[in-house]
Amino acid sequence: MKEIINLPVKNVEEEEYHINMGPQHPSTHGVLRLVVSLQGEIVKSLKPHCGYIHRGIEKMCEKDTYPQIIHLTDRMDYLSAHINNHAVCMLVEKALEVEVPERVTYIRTIIDELNRIASHQLWWCSFGMDMGGLTCFFYGLRDREKILDIFEESFGSRLLHSYYTPGGLMMDIHPDFQKNVKAFIKYFRKKIKDYDDLLTGNIIMQLRTKGVGILTKEDAISYGVTGPSGRASGFACDVRKHHPYGVYDKTEFKEILGTKGDTFERYMMRMHEMLESMKIIEQLIDNIPAGDYKAKMKAVIKLPAGEYFQRVEAARGELGVYVVSDGNKSPYRMKFRSPNFSNLSVLDHISRGCKIADLVAIGGSLDYVIPDIDR
Amino acid sequence: MNFSIYDFTSFNQWIDKFLFDNLPAFWAIVVEMTIIGLVVLLFYALVGLFLVYAERKVCAFMQNRVGPNRVGPYGFFQTIADLFKLLMKELVYIKNADRLLFNIAPFIVIIASFMAIAAIPFAKGLHAIDFDIGILYVIAVSSLGVVGILLAGWSSNNKYSLIGAMRSGAQIVSYELSVGLSLITIIILAGTMQFSAIVEGQANGWFIFKGHIPAFIAFIVFLISSTAETNRGPFDLAEAESELTAGFHTEYSGIKFAFFFLAEYMNMFIVASIAATVFWGGWMPFHVGGWAGFNHIMDFIPPLVWYFGKTFFIIWIMMWIKWTFPRLRIDQLLTLEWKYLLPINLVNILIMAFIVLMGWHF
Amino acid sequence: MDNAALKERILGLVPDAEYQENKQFLTFIIPPAKMYDLAVKLKNEADLAFDFLFCLTGVDMVKFLEVVYHLESTTHHHQIELKVRTEDRENGAVDTVCDIWRTAEFLEREVFDLLGIRFSNHPDLRRIFLEDGWVGHPLRKDYVDEVNIVEF
Repeated sequence: MKEIINLPVKNVEEEEYHINMGPQHPSTHGVLRLVVSLQGEIVKSLKPHCGYIHRGIEKMCEKDTYPQIIHLTDRMDYLSAHINNHAVCMLVEKALEVEVPERVTYIRTIIDELNRIASHQLWWCSFGMDMGGLTCFFYGLRDREKILDIFEESFGSRLLHSYYTPGGLMMDIHPDFQKNVKAFIKYFRKKIKDYDDLLTGNIIMQLRTKGVGILTKEDAISYGVTGPSGRASGFACDVRKHHPYGVYDKTEFKEILGTKGDTFERYMMRMHEMLESMKIIEQLIDNIPAGDYKAKMKAVIKLPAGEYFQRVEAARGELGVYVVSDGNKSPYRMKFRSPNFSNLSVLDHISRGCKIADLVAIGGSLDYVIPDIDR
Repeated sequence: MNFSIYDFTSFNQWIDKFLFDNLPAFWAIVVEMTIIGLVVLLFYALVGLFLVYAERKVCAFMQNRVGPNRVGPYGFFQTIADLFKLLMKELVYIKNADRLLFNIAPFIVIIASFMAIAAIPFAKGLHAIDFDIGILYVIAVSSLGVVGILLAGWSSNNKYSLIGAMRSGAQIVSYELSVGLSLITIIILAGTMQFSAIVEGQANGWFIFKGHIPAFIAFIVFLISSTAETNRGPFDLAEAESELTAGFHTEYSGIKFAFFFLAEYMNMFIVASIAATVFWGGWMPFHVGGWAGFNHIMDFIPPLVWYFGKTFFIIWIMMWIKWTFPRLRIDQLLTLEWKYLLPINLVNILIMAFIVLMGWHF
Repeated sequence: MDNAALKERILGLVPDAEYQENKQFLTFIIPPAKMYDLAVKLKNEADLAFDFLFCLTGVDMVKFLEVVYHLESTTHHHQIELKVRTEDRENGAVDTVCDIWRTAEFLEREVFDLLGIRFSNHPDLRRIFLEDGWVGHPLRKDYVDEVNIVEF
């Protein structure tokens, strides 16, 4: 009893305690661990601990040939697998100065955009779930299934495609591809209204996201927050616009910029982006030129000695691939600048002073894919 | 002896008389209590299982899914299979948990809801006990459950559980006010707190129609605040699986978890029953004053059908809300209660008192 | 500012920087001691305004370790690549830039973790992917791990 009486009197109001969010936690969407310092319900600071699924992809790349590396990039941001493949393919093609058939660039651009829509659909599901609306999850997955069906029909896989190869595509698209994509766009234009009815317009959702987790433009640039999260803060960072690749320079689409940079703005960015992606696809789908689906490549691909960098706009932001080659068939050093890694670094900064529930909403709006952080 | 599905009074009296004729008075009461206890227990379990099944089906309907469809016709026995699964599961003991409180907590929660069910009239003459302060009793007993939730959160030795329990405490203490005050609005109109008298008072029109605007406001407030009081979405902050994994019952497993689960559904049933009884006439058929023929036809539908129809309709509304809305944040939850519902309620009571004084109700 | 002018401008800021031929970016090799001062100027001077560090990584060139910075200006849209070389494989020789570009905090931790380049003045230089007790830095060319790496 004596010990209890003699306890030093602490100011309970100011006392902080820590909780581990993750590695197994419903709202971290994977094995990310956040050590959160709390005062009551208010987040004082947080430290991300990553690396639970660090597979050493960069180290593995040093032993693999370039066509093999394509298969590893699928496993980083598995939700924008095509776009990751695209980055490596373009890097190799540029280094070897291979001219890719026009048909390939068209197909790649369309499939990239389909992949982006599928990724944003899954983000929408999980964001809804983070906010406590479980029904969103099934609506989003229902529509994502349509895109996966199109993918499956053309090249047989649904998540880890490895469809692009250096110089072209693994195989030609299915004859029904164009018809099915057009049917999907018609279908999804109707269904995206459901998304707005169910979540966007909901008063609780708006109360919980507006003015929460504000990221200024300066901070977004300084922290390297790219993709829809960065554009919500007004950071014009769309690689498709500023460093065009594929046939993005031949299509018309808007780079939508936000002003407030709060969670709601980040949410709206992705909703708009789905519409913009559909616009891009509509412009291209009828104009796929006839021709070969693959350029002639050497059997063993060796990049000339030197260093190469390729940037693409993945679904979550800017993906950079940096290769130092010594002229061998595998790279000397390969680095992936993954968008999620930089987006994660800002989480501590913008979630200070928020409630636990806000932290979950902010995390949902930054849209992590943990394998992309850990690589 | 004539038994009727419209009036259970004679049936009850017959059993009572039979027992007292054949047994000493003390044993007659013991047997009577045992029968009532068993019947309520059985009813409790059946309704609980059915509600879990119903929730799964409703939620599947909202989410473009099929829901359980393997065990039995339309998956009807799925919950029974789940019950067996939960019964056979290992009870995990938590290191450094307060063993006594940890074990007691689920029982407190389930006993609170068990006690509340005793006062609810299911049909004429079909209730375990008819207090003259029935509403007060139900409010008092059903708010005991929060003690169990707080104990569960405290004793689990888990910060998520503790945060969940503290949220739940703040939430239930706040929303208890609105539940009570919205019922008081109707008590003013009815002039009694006895459930049977309240139901009888609605013989020529349900209170939600008789009390027109203030009664309707009171019903909406009751629906919101009772959803909050039962910890259901969008007010399920105590569980909030995306924030607190499972809130106060994170560390519970097996049948103890099932107790919390069952208690949540039974609390929903209880508040729906109260809403049906107080606002929508309970087992009283739909009557329109003056339309004797219409009222007579309505009387042919048994009171149990009326009662369960109304209750399950309200439960369906609550499920609909849960599967549509995202979750509130704790400060928004408390703002809604203290800044909106409470003032609305207080003004509403004044209006109702005025209306009753002036005799402006139907 | 076009690339030729930019090259003059940067060589003017750091006279002993070495210009390196590269198809894609203007590349400079900066002496480690000058890097921090240059970084401050690159970020703050209005005609340069390199505010977006889109990649920071390291390479083990066996003879020396190299830190590679890729910078872009969001106002002028010009890009450069900077390299800092250090032959000291154990001690901190490169100054951190994480107070200039906040994104560098995590990227430098990653470089430290996988390549073992120590950044001086870094607020929180811990391993980020590997566990705390890990021995060695896997992306170094002299790293040996007989258990996890299978040689063909």
